[in-house]
Amino acid sequence: MLADKDRIFTNLYGLHDWGLEGARARGDWDGTKEILAKGRDGIIDEMKASGLRGRGGAGFPTGLKWSFMPKESDGRPHYLIVNADEGEPGTCKDRDIIRHDPHKLIEGCLVAGFAMGAETAYIYIRGEFHHEANILEAAIQQARDAGLLGKDACGSGWRFDVHVHRGAGAYICGEETALIESLEGKKGQPRLKPPFPAASGLYGCPSTVNNVESIAVAPTIMRRGASWFAGLGRENNTGTKLFCISGHVNKPCNVEEEMSIPLKELIEKHAGGVRGGWENLMAVIPGGSSVPCLPSSICNDVLMDFDSLKEARSGLGTAAVIVMDKSTDIVRAITRLAQFYKHESCGQCTPCREGTGWMWRIMERMATGEANIEEIDMLEEVSRQIEGHTICALGDAAAWPIQGLIRHFRPELERRILDRHLGAAAE
Amino acid sequence: MPKLTIDGIETEAEAGSSVLQACEALGIEIPRFCYHERLSVAGNCRMCLVEMERSPKPVASCAMPVAEGMVIHTDTETVKKARNGVMEFLLINHPLDCPICDQGGECDLQDQAVSYGKDSSRYHEHKRAVKDKYMGPLVKTIMTRCIHCTRCVRFATEVAGVPELGLLGRGEGAEISTYLEKALASELSGNVIDLCPVGALTSKPYAYHARSWELRKTESVDAMDAVGAAIRIDVRGNEVMRVMPRLNDDVNEEWLSDRSRFACDGLRRQRLDKPYVRGADGKLSPASWDDALAVVAAKLGGLDGSKIAAVAGDQCDAESMFALKSLMAGLGSTNLDCRQDGAALDGNGARAGYVFNSGFAGIEEADALLIVGSNPRLEAPVVNARIRKRWLQGELPVGVIGQQTDLTYDYDYLGAGPQTLGEIAAGKHAFAKILKNAKRPMIIVGMGALARSDGAAVLATARKVAEDTGVVGKDWNGFNILHMASARVGGLDLGFVPGKGGRDVAGIIDGADKGEIEAVWLLAADEIDMNRLGKAFVIYQGHHGDFGAHRADVILPGAAYTEKSGTWVNSEGRVQRGQRAIFPPGEAKEDWAIVRALSGVMNKALPFDSVDALRDQMAKAHPVFATLDDLVPAEWGAFGDGGKATLGEGAFAPAIGNFYMTCPISRASQTMAECTTVFVNGGKEATGTDG
Repeated sequence: MLADKDRIFTNLYGLHDWGLEGARARGDWDGTKEILAKGRDGIIDEMKASGLRGRGGAGFPTGLKWSFMPKESDGRPHYLIVNADEGEPGTCKDRDIIRHDPHKLIEGCLVAGFAMGAETAYIYIRGEFHHEANILEAAIQQARDAGLLGKDACGSGWRFDVHVHRGAGAYICGEETALIESLEGKKGQPRLKPPFPAASGLYGCPSTVNNVESIAVAPTIMRRGASWFAGLGRENNTGTKLFCISGHVNKPCNVEEEMSIPLKELIEKHAGGVRGGWENLMAVIPGGSSVPCLPSSICNDVLMDFDSLKEARSGLGTAAVIVMDKSTDIVRAITRLAQFYKHESCGQCTPCREGTGWMWRIMERMATGEANIEEIDMLEEVSRQIEGHTICALGDAAAWPIQGLIRHFRPELERRILDRHLGAAAE
Repeated sequence: MPKLTIDGIETEAEAGSSVLQACEALGIEIPRFCYHERLSVAGNCRMCLVEMERSPKPVASCAMPVAEGMVIHTDTETVKKARNGVMEFLLINHPLDCPICDQGGECDLQDQAVSYGKDSSRYHEHKRAVKDKYMGPLVKTIMTRCIHCTRCVRFATEVAGVPELGLLGRGEGAEISTYLEKALASELSGNVIDLCPVGALTSKPYAYHARSWELRKTESVDAMDAVGAAIRIDVRGNEVMRVMPRLNDDVNEEWLSDRSRFACDGLRRQRLDKPYVRGADGKLSPASWDDALAVVAAKLGGLDGSKIAAVAGDQCDAESMFALKSLMAGLGSTNLDCRQDGAALDGNGARAGYVFNSGFAGIEEADALLIVGSNPRLEAPVVNARIRKRWLQGELPVGVIGQQTDLTYDYDYLGAGPQTLGEIAAGKHAFAKILKNAKRPMIIVGMGALARSDGAAVLATARKVAEDTGVVGKDWNGFNILHMASARVGGLDLGFVPGKGGRDVAGIIDGADKGEIEAVWLLAADEIDMNRLGKAFVIYQGHHGDFGAHRADVILPGAAYTEKSGTWVNSEGRVQRGQRAIFPPGEAKEDWAIVRALSGVMNKALPFDSVDALRDQMAKAHPVFATLDDLVPAEWGAFGDGGKATLGEGAFAPAIGNFYMTCPISRASQTMAECTTVFVNGGKEATGTDG
C-alpha cells in the first residue's frame, strides 16, 4: 500500500484549497525554475529514467514521447496539448485532478512544454466538465498573475502560456489526432498516421498530446527524482497511479495507489470490498470500458499494471476499475458498451462504422437469447475483422469488451440461447 | 529513392509516394474505394490494407509513405482476410440492388466483391436506409448505396472549390449531404458521378436509360468548348446516351465540364434532318438534296464574289471550314470570318497571338497570373480547375481585370476595364511589379476583353505587358488567349478570316443590311444578329434548327460534332481529331461533303474526293494540321495592329451569360434548360403558371 509520503495528489479529495496558495503549501511550483534549469535533455532523460508510462490508456513511455519532438524548431512553433477530454466510461481521475489540484497540471504543462520546446499548451477539456474548466481557467489566471506563466515563466526566461479549449461532447475527440482536428475547429475525426503529431500535429506543427495525469505527475517526478518514482511498482510499470473504482463496491472512489497493487487488495482496501463480499464478484473491467473484462477467477490474483493485465489478455487502460457482482446481467452490460461504441464511432472508416452497429445488434439479441449458437463464433469473428483494421483505436475499443465476454462468459451466452430455444419449443 | 521489398520483389519508389503507388508500379493490383490519384488521401475505406513487416497491424497502403527497407506483403492470408472483412462490412448495409442500379456493370464495389466478397451474407439485421439528397438537376442520389468513401466531398472541396458537399453525422448515421439540400453549384459537378465508386451518385438525365454493356463506346474530342477535352461518346443504336471524360493529362486530366457532359440530349432535339428551301410563300419547305443544291448553285453562280460572304460557327470542324474557304476562293469571295463575336484576333499574324501558349499544363508552372476580361470558371471550367490546383499549392498571386466573381480561388481585383490594363502596361500599377518579379508570369486574355470595339488595342496592350514583364521569355511563354469556341483556333489557323479587301463579320452583317452582300453562307453560325442580314440570300449549313436556320433561305443539314470525323484545334493550339460516334440523322451529311457536293453542282469541283485527300491538302496548305495531339510551341512574332488603336472605356463584359446555353446543341437540351432554371435563374421552382 502506498505510503502517504509517496502520494503525489495530496488534495485528490478536495479537502484543501485548490488555489495557488494551497497548491504552494502542498509543494507545487516549488523550484520550478531549477527544474527548467536542467534543460530540455535533462528533463527528458529524467522522465525516461522514471519509467512513467502514459496514463491515458495506451501506456506509451512519456519521456520517449517527449523526445520525439524536434530538437530545433524549423520555424514552426511546437505545441503541447493536454488531453482532458476524459470520456472513457468509468474514468474520472482527470476530473478530480483538475477540480482539486489544477496547479499540478499547469506546472506540469510548463515543465513538459519547456522540455519539448513549446511555448503554448492547449488543454482540451471535456465540455461536460464545466465547473472544472472554470477552475482550470481561474488557476491559469492565478499562475499568470503570479508570473508563473507568461513572458518569463517562473523567472526561467521561457515564454509560456496555457489555454483551455472546451470540447463539445464527442468521445472520439479524446483520440489524440481527432482531438487535434477538433482543436483546429474541424470535425473530430482521427487522422491517418503517419505523419505522427510530433512531426505534423496541430496546424501542421510538431505537437505532443499527453494525458492530464501524465503531465500532472511530471513536476513531482522532477522534484523527487526519477529513482523515487521508479522505485514504486514493478519494473516497467513504475510509479503511482490514480485508480477509479466504481460499480458494485461498497465505497466507490478515486484513489492514488502504487502501480502493480493486486486488484483484490485495491478493491478491498480502498473501495470497501465487493458488495456482498469477494465471493459475490462476477467480473471486473480493470481499465475503463474498452478493455476486456476479467472473471473473478483471474481477479483473485491479477496485479494492476500494464504488463500483468496484458498477460491476462486485458489492459490497464485508464485504470478505471468497473466491478460487477453476481447480480449483474453481464451480457446486457457489455451490450450497453457495444451500443456506446456504435454511438461514438466517427463513421470515417469502414470496419468501425459498419462493424460496431452490427456487433451491437447481435449483442442485443444475445442478451435476450434470440440468436443461434453459431453466432457466438461469428460475433467473435466480426470483432476480429474490426480490430486492428481501423484508422484509430476506437475499433479495437469496441471489439475488446465483446471478445472478453465471449472468452470468459461463453457458457452464459449459450445458456441464454438454449433457454430461449427450449422455451420456444415448450410453448 | 527508397528501396523496399514488395512480395519478395525488390524495388525503388519515389520518395513521398505511397506503398499503393509502389505496388501499382510493379503491376500488383491493390483494391481501393476511397483512394484516387487526383484527390487527397483519405484512407477511410480500408480496402487497400497490406501487411508491413514490423507493424503489428495491417496498414492502409494508400496512406503509408514508402520508406527505406520496408518489407510489404500483399498476398498473405492476413491481407486477404482483412480485405474480405472490409468487403463484408461494405456490403452489409449496401442494398445490393445491382439489377436496377445505373452503376451496374461499371461498379467498383461490384467488381471487387467478385474478388473479395462472400457468396452469401451472414448479416441478419435490418439494413440501413438513407434518405436521398437533392443535388440539383444533374446528379441523382441513391444514398443507401453510399459507402462513405468521401471522394465526392474531396472533389467538391479540392478540385471544384465549392463548399456544398460534406459528411454529416457520425458512425452509422454518417451521411454525405449538401447540408441545406442545395444543388451542387459547380460547372464540374458531373465528375462526382464518375468518381463515385458505387451507384450512390449517378447521372440524373441518364437515369434508367441504358445499361453500360449495351453501349458502343467511341473515343473522341469534345467540341462544346475550346478546351478540347478527351471524351468518350457512349451510343446505343443511333443515339448518344452519354458523354464521359477520358484521361488526358495535358488537357482535361480526367474532368469534364457539365455542359460538355450533359448537353448531349440536345443532339436529339431540333435537328435538321433534311434540306429545306424557302418558297415563294416565304415558308421553308422540305426539298431534295439535288433541288436544294441547285437553288444554292443558281444563286451563287449569278453573283460576283464580292457580294458573297461566309461565316463559320463556333463548333465547326477544320475540314468543313477548309472546304468552304476553298469554295469561296473559287467563287472569288474574300468575305470570310470565323469570329462571330468579332474578337480582335489576328488570323494573319503570328500564331502565338491567338493561342494559349503555355498549354493548360503550363498553368501548374506559373507563379503569377493576370486574368484579363475572362471568367475561366464559366469559359473553361476544366482550365479553371487547373488554376485552382496551382493556387492551392500556394504562392500564386492572381490578379483579375474584368468581372468580379467567384472563381473558386482568391484573387486581387485590379479593375473592371482596359484602363487598369493600361496602367499595368505603363508600369504604374503594383501588379506590374508582381508579374515582373515572377519567374514564370502568365496572362490569360479572354474573349470578354477582345470582342469589343477596342479589342485590338486591348490585345496590343496585353502584348506590351507580356513583353515588358517577362511573360514571354526564352523558354517560357505565358501569353495565353482563352477561347470559348472549339472552331476558333482552327479557323484562324486555316485563315478563315477576311482576305484581301474582304469584309470581317461586322462588315458582312453591315453589307447584308445595306444590300451590298447578297448571299451569306452560315456554316453552323448562329450567334450573329440574324435580323441585320437584310435581304441577303442566307444559306444555313448546320445541324440544329436554331437562329441561323430560322433566317435561312436554304437549309443544308449537316452533322454535329458527334456525327463526323473532324479536326478541332483547342485553345492551346493542339490539333486533335474527333471520331464519328453515330451517323447524322435523316438525310443530313458530313459538312465537308456538302460543300464538296455543291462545288460539283457549280462545276467548280474542289480537288478532293475523300476526307483523307482533303486532310492531305489542308496539312500541305497549313502545316500545323500535320501534327495531331502534340502541342507545337508557337513562335512569338508580329500580330495585331501594332498598337495603333487606343484603349476605350467601359468594363469588360462577361463573355458568357448563361454557361449552360452557349450553342445550338446546349440550347436544344432539356437538361441544360433545367440547369438554367436552377443555377442561372436562381433555382425558383416552376409553378403551374410558368410557361
